[in-house]
Amino acid sequence: MSDSYGKLMKDGLWENNVVFAQLLAMCPTMAVTTSGTNGLGMGLATTAVLVVSNILVSMIRHTVSSQVRIPVFVVLIATLVTVVDMAMNAWLHELYKVLGLFIALIVVNCAILGRAEAFAVKNGVVASAVDGLAMGLGFTGALTFIGLIREFLGSGTLFAQASNLLGPSFAFLEMKLPGYGGALLMILPPGGFAILGFLLAGKRVMEQRIQERSAEKAELAAA
Amino acid sequence: MNLEAIREKIGYQPFLLGVFALLASGALAWASSATGDAIAAAEAKDLRDSLSEVLPQGLADNDFLKDTVDLKNGEKTITIYRARQGGVVKAALFKVAERGYAGDIQVLMAVDIDGKTLGVRVLKHAETPGLGDKIEVKKDKWIKDFDGKSLGDPAPEKWGVKKDSGIFDQFAGATITPRAVVKAVKGGLEFFAAHKAEITG
Repeated sequence: MSDSYGKLMKDGLWENNVVFAQLLAMCPTMAVTTSGTNGLGMGLATTAVLVVSNILVSMIRHTVSSQVRIPVFVVLIATLVTVVDMAMNAWLHELYKVLGLFIALIVVNCAILGRAEAFAVKNGVVASAVDGLAMGLGFTGALTFIGLIREFLGSGTLFAQASNLLGPSFAFLEMKLPGYGGALLMILPPGGFAILGFLLAGKRVMEQRIQERSAEKAELAAA
Repeated sequence: MNLEAIREKIGYQPFLLGVFALLASGALAWASSATGDAIAAAEAKDLRDSLSEVLPQGLADNDFLKDTVDLKNGEKTITIYRARQGGVVKAALFKVAERGYAGDIQVLMAVDIDGKTLGVRVLKHAETPGLGDKIEVKKDKWIKDFDGKSLGDPAPEKWGVKKDSGIFDQFAGATITPRAVVKAVKGGLEFFAAHKAEITG
């Protein structure tokens, strides 16, 4: 079984990445990746919701008939996000002040419904939890990466305000390029689309190279 | 009959939807009642913290959270917290709201008895992260530009962002947000000027 969990992780992080392969969740991707810190915050909040929603959907998968599964999942996810929102507001108020902005956006994140529909409804609870974690971390990585590039080009900083999100001990992550005002376009939506386009193209080229190399190796081995 | 056969029946679908709607409402009601007090307490603490942030230290010797007066401003009721020293009102603290780029921006401001701004802070907003959120004091010191300003200083036509030939900076990529904050603060000062007698009385 450990093999298939490894595959789930690889799927979520790279091969079937929410942003770079499935091209899902474009709305939060474009909206929050104006800085690395924002991307990280949104990614972590989404990961938490994704894991729990995958577990719940997997638990009820035998009771829910396929005809009404979509409304049931939507209600389930919306309820879950609202409860998380309220609980964080009440008991993790400091964190809520930082992440609260993102939580409402998670409801409209189709990646969550997508995973419920594509994976959790067909698989066991543990596998679904692993899948949620892998997809969530892949999403977090993608958002942070896009956010860092846009932040660096757009405002000349890296992980600005990370200490607000992660605590003062992470202030060392914050960097600033002196004497660079930044290209505003990169922070605005067109910059987001441009960066995403380049990254997608880059991923394709990389995968092609890897494929060619393994094909060459196979040829050599045959010869 | 096994579950799979029942699952295909037409009556099962509305039943299932109903059960989940009930469960969801139940969960929400429970969560709302379980968190209500804690949220209210956390927000009260936030209010206390931000009230003491806009008010210069040592200006008040009373518990201004308890010394309030409610005044009508158009449709809305504004609660004014009065900071006293030796029983005399020295400053008024109140919240104003203005529509920003995404939803209302709630601004808390302290005005001294001469109508001069002592401090302004943004309490709540839904502006674009990375662009409009520079109105938060944690992210930018822009909001401190309002300190010491009054209705006569700068002149009324200069109460705007630089793009509108005012004196306040706008942010690169976000003009609507600072414009709304400037408007809110100006509105707050006008409100104070109009109700000064009631507030200090």
